[in-house]
Amino acid sequence: MKQHGRYRFSPVRRELVRAGFGLAGGLILPAGLAARAFGAEHPPIGTWPAGVQGKEVFIGVAVPRTGTYAEQGEDELKGWQLAVEHLNSGHELMRKISPKTKKGVQGKQLKLVVADSAAKPNDAVQAEQRFITENKVILMTGSTSSAVAVAMNKLAQREKVLYTAGISGSNDTTGKDCVRYGFRQNFYGETAANAIGPVLLKAYGKNKKMAFMTPDYTYGHTVTKSTSEYLKEHGGWEMVTNQVSPLGATDYSSYLTNIANSGAEILLNVNWGRDAVLSTQQAKQFGVIPKMKLVIPYQIPFLAKNIGAELSQGVYAATDFWWTLEDKYPLAKMFVDAFREKHGYYPEWGAENAYMSFAMWADAVEHAGSFYPPDVIKSYEEGRKLQSMVGEVYVRKEDHQLVRPVVIVRGKAPKAMRNKEDFWEVTEVVPGAPLMQKPDAFGCHLGEYT
Amino acid sequence: MLSWANFGSQLFNGLALGALLALIASGLTIIYGTLGVLNLAHGAMFMLGGYAGYVAWQASGSFLAAVAAGTLALGVLGIVMERLIVRYFYARPHEDQLLVTFGLSIVFVEAVRWYFSSDSKTVQAPALFQGITNMGFMFYPTYRLAVVGICAVALLVLFLVLYRTRLGMIVRAGIEDAVMVDSLGINVDRVFMVVFGIGAMAAGFAGIINAPIVSLAPEVGEQILVQTFVVVVIGGVGSFPGAVIGGLIAGEIISLTSMVNPGYAYVMLFAAMALVLMVRPHGLLGKPGRE
Repeated sequence: MKQHGRYRFSPVRRELVRAGFGLAGGLILPAGLAARAFGAEHPPIGTWPAGVQGKEVFIGVAVPRTGTYAEQGEDELKGWQLAVEHLNSGHELMRKISPKTKKGVQGKQLKLVVADSAAKPNDAVQAEQRFITENKVILMTGSTSSAVAVAMNKLAQREKVLYTAGISGSNDTTGKDCVRYGFRQNFYGETAANAIGPVLLKAYGKNKKMAFMTPDYTYGHTVTKSTSEYLKEHGGWEMVTNQVSPLGATDYSSYLTNIANSGAEILLNVNWGRDAVLSTQQAKQFGVIPKMKLVIPYQIPFLAKNIGAELSQGVYAATDFWWTLEDKYPLAKMFVDAFREKHGYYPEWGAENAYMSFAMWADAVEHAGSFYPPDVIKSYEEGRKLQSMVGEVYVRKEDHQLVRPVVIVRGKAPKAMRNKEDFWEVTEVVPGAPLMQKPDAFGCHLGEYT
Repeated sequence: MLSWANFGSQLFNGLALGALLALIASGLTIIYGTLGVLNLAHGAMFMLGGYAGYVAWQASGSFLAAVAAGTLALGVLGIVMERLIVRYFYARPHEDQLLVTFGLSIVFVEAVRWYFSSDSKTVQAPALFQGITNMGFMFYPTYRLAVVGICAVALLVLFLVLYRTRLGMIVRAGIEDAVMVDSLGINVDRVFMVVFGIGAMAAGFAGIINAPIVSLAPEVGEQILVQTFVVVVIGGVGSFPGAVIGGLIAGEIISLTSMVNPGYAYVMLFAAMALVLMVRPHGLLGKPGRE
């Protein structure tokens, strides 16, 4: 009873104490610090302000380092590492994308904490949950699978900690599973389809028979849907078979047998990561390639390196970035040079996406003038024009998708390659805005700020 | 995709898939049947066989050398594993056996990842078997055709060892009643070591034979282990012919289901296993009382 009584009075006492300190603080604080004190007007949200009180702020990365998407995950990770290094040192490239950047973000040094997600939503969410508790991460990233991106979106909205997607090609990430706390830099099923569609119709003509290989989750289904619908509607292409396989499958013989017997002329392989490598190699073993023309609607980093230029030559693919864009865009050149110097190879689009997504976040924070998440979100949503490795881009406020060009590449013949990483030639850089669906077409409802 | 041409093709593809599954499953089922140890490291050993072969192939360029290396290396590893670790677990509860073999599989996978990285490695099929064969009703990769033959020969060798040699007789007797075999004055300890070695060799052999088809990665064993268990359960635990029949059934289920709806290929595989367990709890050729 005694204790109960004490509790009953304590809120009043706490209020009094707080008011007292507040008054005293107001009198003592010099003018320069007053602005920071105003931040305290917001009630704590997510990891804010706990996560931004030290000299360093943490960013949680859950990226596949094992399993089907490991190779692509490592490339992404290298992109984030370079971005953090450039942000912390105030590198020129970073300042071109995020003009208000000096050193660090809001004067704080960034630190990555990294976990292996194995491209599994459960593992990714658990790791990030741990980073939220232990490191008070102020930003989360990772995914080389849209299944992870969608799960991370939900975690971000629930925990009120910002999330910027890694590689994620599903329409759902900024469609029906979009959230206020999630952002995506890269291209996705719908923009890929609308960019590569006209190219395919021009190259192969109308009324073709097409076969799809589709990984059995949100990325695969939405990319296949967008691509097949475009080709059907605009070119009268008929989907004669769609071979859906589980993520991480190793033997594609039964799927390829179906495709071989389907009468298709074009094979659109939506599989990703090692799955794409294995299914493409096995398609050749079964004679499906070169009998059918191979198309990669959603580019896979290192695909050409793994399958060899003999197989990738003449193949059309839609992508976010390819290093030869350095001839066209000064920022791309700076990025490719800096990346090669640090990591010793030409960056793939996973690294570009990673780098760019952090630059966008830094820009949003610097413009907001604070790490307070709702302010950072509103800053993103202003839709400022940013310079990027593929020209001018901006965030669409209705679904938090970056409006950015899609790059169409075609595989070079082995003898046309200028160096051993010169697998693709850029045939087109398709402007982004006309490629996108209407903001509400995929059922996006962003949800609350707080 | 329902056409007679495709049906014929898938029927054949199921056979090819099944042959490989049968080979992997036979190693698992012999070990389990004789020693009573469910070897959860079997998938990892399958993977190791591939990598051992890869190293030899890189060094020599010869696929035959790769097969020899993959098989022998795993035979040696199997014997070492048995002597140093597994034999101390024969008398212990099944949970302990599962944990120790599962632990070993993690060690194997991570060791390979540490040394070879997560990137996949390719082993080329021998020149003789490269290319595509026109079988009349379908085109089929020549190497996969060869694999059907290779698996058949390997299974035949295993059959001869198990059913036509003194060792095989002891092993089969051990499967039925190890205590009785022991009391007949046979050195069961030695036999167990050899059996574990043979099972490991079968895994290693299958691993390197499979490598040119799917290329190598540290995780290749995980998926195959699950399928192998299904095969063993369908065929009957401890039964060598059961493993062969189970393998072929599993291959056909995967192939034929994919003709109707590829998304359900693996669902049907597990459904078939559940059905077998309901109707014949000991598997198609398993016998009650075998552990």
